[in-house]
Amino acid sequence: MAATPNPDSSWQRQLFETLKGFDLRHVVYVPDAGHAALIRLAGDDPEIESIALTTEEEGIGYLAGAWLGGERGVLLMQSSGVGNCINLLSLHAAMRFPLLMLVTMRGDWAEFNPWQNAMGQAAEDAMKLMGVRCWRADHAADVEPLAAGAATMAYDGDEACALLLGQRLIGRKEWIK
Amino acid sequence: MSDERRIERRAAVAELLRERNDLLVVSGLGSPTWDLMAAGDHDLNCYLWGAMGAAATIGLGLALAQRERPVLVITGDGEMLMGLGALATIGVRKPPNLAIAVIDNEHYGETGMQRSHTAGGLRLDALARDCGFDRSDEIRDVDVLASFRERIHAKAGTSFAAIKVEAGDPPRVLAPRDGIYVKHRFRAALGLASA
Repeated sequence: MAATPNPDSSWQRQLFETLKGFDLRHVVYVPDAGHAALIRLAGDDPEIESIALTTEEEGIGYLAGAWLGGERGVLLMQSSGVGNCINLLSLHAAMRFPLLMLVTMRGDWAEFNPWQNAMGQAAEDAMKLMGVRCWRADHAADVEPLAAGAATMAYDGDEACALLLGQRLIGRKEWIK
Repeated sequence: MSDERRIERRAAVAELLRERNDLLVVSGLGSPTWDLMAAGDHDLNCYLWGAMGAAATIGLGLALAQRERPVLVITGDGEMLMGLGALATIGVRKPPNLAIAVIDNEHYGETGMQRSHTAGGLRLDALARDCGFDRSDEIRDVDVLASFRERIHAKAGTSFAAIKVEAGDPPRVLAPRDGIYVKHRFRAALGLASA
């Protein structure tokens, strides 16, 4: 099984540059194929602290701590990771800090693995229940403006903001044996 | 024969906080937050009343954003057990200014003193060592605690201590529970904009 990298991933480079423009210093993530380019760009950038997590909820604590220390970050995860974060989103409700999340979707379009569907379909509603502002990009042209908008509201307003990156944008994940 | 010596928890935390200078402190929910408050309220204390399992990763983010200052996470065995993956994440990155002190009473003190996994034999210090911490000890006497405290201020490596304490129930000393207030106060003390 392998992901088919989207041949037109220029939106990922643009996304990274946009976030850098917000003085982003920390990129924390549980890997996902859809985030692979962003993870690589962050890892290659000496100005960015790039941290792999064992579970997505670690990223919420991490970003709270980084902000307490004066620095901004972003949490990258797959939609399945949203479920892992639910109780930790209460940290944001209690302390208010910029919590920007980029969520690559599974189970929302052309999904080959039905085990992804339950959490993928519930991810946006689950985040909204916990007070996260959500936007969704299914087309490359929407990614940059939506990411810039979410980052503005997170960093200027101490909001929890998530941009969902749909499977139609990322590309169908293929089952390859 | 196993070593059964234990430190009184308030005395342990008071020793860790002695002459704290520029130390930044995060406390895990429940007793460690009361312990930290009992040692003296401070602008550079971040008290948690929830977010169980997040204390260590808050410390990691803080240590990497404030590299010139020592960062100490004081938490309980139950809170640490809920976020064990954080030890692995910290052990890979290893900020030299980060220390984690688990006030290990081997019980869930806020919920009726049920036994935790450390009562069942789990060695958190061994786990932290395997995760790559530069230094990790089980601490049962105050003299060893003093040298742990010195290492924190030396910022000479990522440190972990499982501090074995009595399963007593000292009086609650309530810390501020408004997280937004605590956050603004903490950031202001670091000279950061409060909004």
